[in-house]
Amino acid sequence: MAPPADARLRLETVRLTALYGRRAVVKDVSILFPAHTVTAVIGPSGCGKSTFLRCLNRMHELSEGGWVTGRVLLDGADVYDDAVDPVQLRRRIGMVFQRPTPFPTMSIYDNVAAGLRVNGHRGRRALDEVVERALTQAALWDEVKDRLRASALALSGGQQQRLCIARALAPQPEVLLLDEPTASLDPAGTQRIEELCHELKRVYTIVIVTHNMQQAARVSDYTAFFYVGELVEVGRTDELFTRPAEERTEAYITGRFG
Amino acid sequence: MSARSLRRHVTSGLMTGLVAVLSFTAVLALVLILGDLIAKGASSLNWDFFTKNPVPAGQSGGGVANAIVGTGIIVGLAALIGLPVGVGTGLYLAEYGSGRLGWIVRFVADVLNGTPSIVIGIFAWTWLVRPLHGYSALAGSVALAALMVPMIARTTEEMVRLVPHSLREAALALGYPRWRTSLRIVARTALAGIVTGCLVGVARIAGETAPLLFTALGNLNFTTSVTQPMQTLPHQIYEYATGPFEEWHRLAWASALVLMALVLLLGVTARWAIRQRHGAAR
Repeated sequence: MAPPADARLRLETVRLTALYGRRAVVKDVSILFPAHTVTAVIGPSGCGKSTFLRCLNRMHELSEGGWVTGRVLLDGADVYDDAVDPVQLRRRIGMVFQRPTPFPTMSIYDNVAAGLRVNGHRGRRALDEVVERALTQAALWDEVKDRLRASALALSGGQQQRLCIARALAPQPEVLLLDEPTASLDPAGTQRIEELCHELKRVYTIVIVTHNMQQAARVSDYTAFFYVGELVEVGRTDELFTRPAEERTEAYITGRFG
Repeated sequence: MSARSLRRHVTSGLMTGLVAVLSFTAVLALVLILGDLIAKGASSLNWDFFTKNPVPAGQSGGGVANAIVGTGIIVGLAALIGLPVGVGTGLYLAEYGSGRLGWIVRFVADVLNGTPSIVIGIFAWTWLVRPLHGYSALAGSVALAALMVPMIARTTEEMVRLVPHSLREAALALGYPRWRTSLRIVARTALAGIVTGCLVGVARIAGETAPLLFTALGNLNFTTSVTQPMQTLPHQIYEYATGPFEEWHRLAWASALVLMALVLLLGVTARWAIRQRHGAAR
């Protein structure tokens, strides 16, 4: 697919293949992610979309037997280059998981500050500022500003997920990866997160994996359809959903399988 | 009611009755022990018992202050040596112990866990008492620590493994290095469980007698020097209970009661720590 000429390219995969041992679960995938866009990755369960996402911030290699071939370019530089420290890379590419994962021993404030503290930021006032900004971006500030010292577990599921988004945003990453972020949320919580995607793409480049095609249609600019580890089709969301080029894409989005 | 349904009801009733009786038997042992200890020991508990040292055989009065302090010192020192090693080993096993080395460490810990404590005592005697030409509280502490390490290591490993994998991933995705994930996130989350394991481990060694026979030896006088032989409650109980004097038997019962209370206290504290954790998880 060709991104608009004025859009700066942020992230790109070139013939990316992800394997567990000798079994390839993502095969030969090349996608462009323009800056300040939301790209949805859709497909049936087990099609490799989560694994694909986890290759982008080098989380896949932490799984037992996980390794990749091909390249992932962040601003033109291969993140799999030997000189790249995966720990540093993950500070540039934030990630939010399917289920909320607040750190149970930490307060709301400490959860948001965790990514900064690990990066060596200690200044009290600077931290306060970043925490407030991240919570505001995640649309959670008003709900928690009076109880920042309370345990993160005191929050509802939807709030916990927004807390995790705030935690991922606080270190100011360049790219935000969302792995089915609304899978465990109710409709109201889902709506909040989807609205957030629209807000956040002004600052970040977002890749969201989702099961839900309506969600992909609502939040994304581009959509990539995966099927058994292969990228079947990628294009502008409105085009892909109205005029899919591939037979399999049409079959999936019209609900004939998956 | 059909015959089949009736049979089910009867079987269910019988089994429920059976497990109730078995549970009662299990609890009965503890109740009898505690009851007996209180009946025979409580009357001897007085200020002197806690503050005075043993008096020469045949005389009445005196206490077991030396043994109480000795147990405190030896067990405390054993905990000081054993807890860091045990917790560190457990953390290693849970977080990095998937390879061959982990397998070996785990196997050795399991074997050590099943080693009779008297063997540990002989071992400590061979390596510490004999070369240094003298029984000492320190040797006793080392023996108890050796007994405690595999126990603590395995419970710590279990507790750390209970921490959801997703939490680990969340920290790593945030740019935490592996070691900081282990310490700041995983170990902190498992902390209540680890502390509980440690308390149970300490309670378990507090009542040990066999490893101390060849190491701390026992001492009728009050001492706080860890390079000297030192008295402990279990050892004191052993000596007094096997002695010929009525007065000694009385003191043995009282000492047993104090020791039991100490172990129960640790157990209850452990329970309380678990409750705190589950309370926080809600």
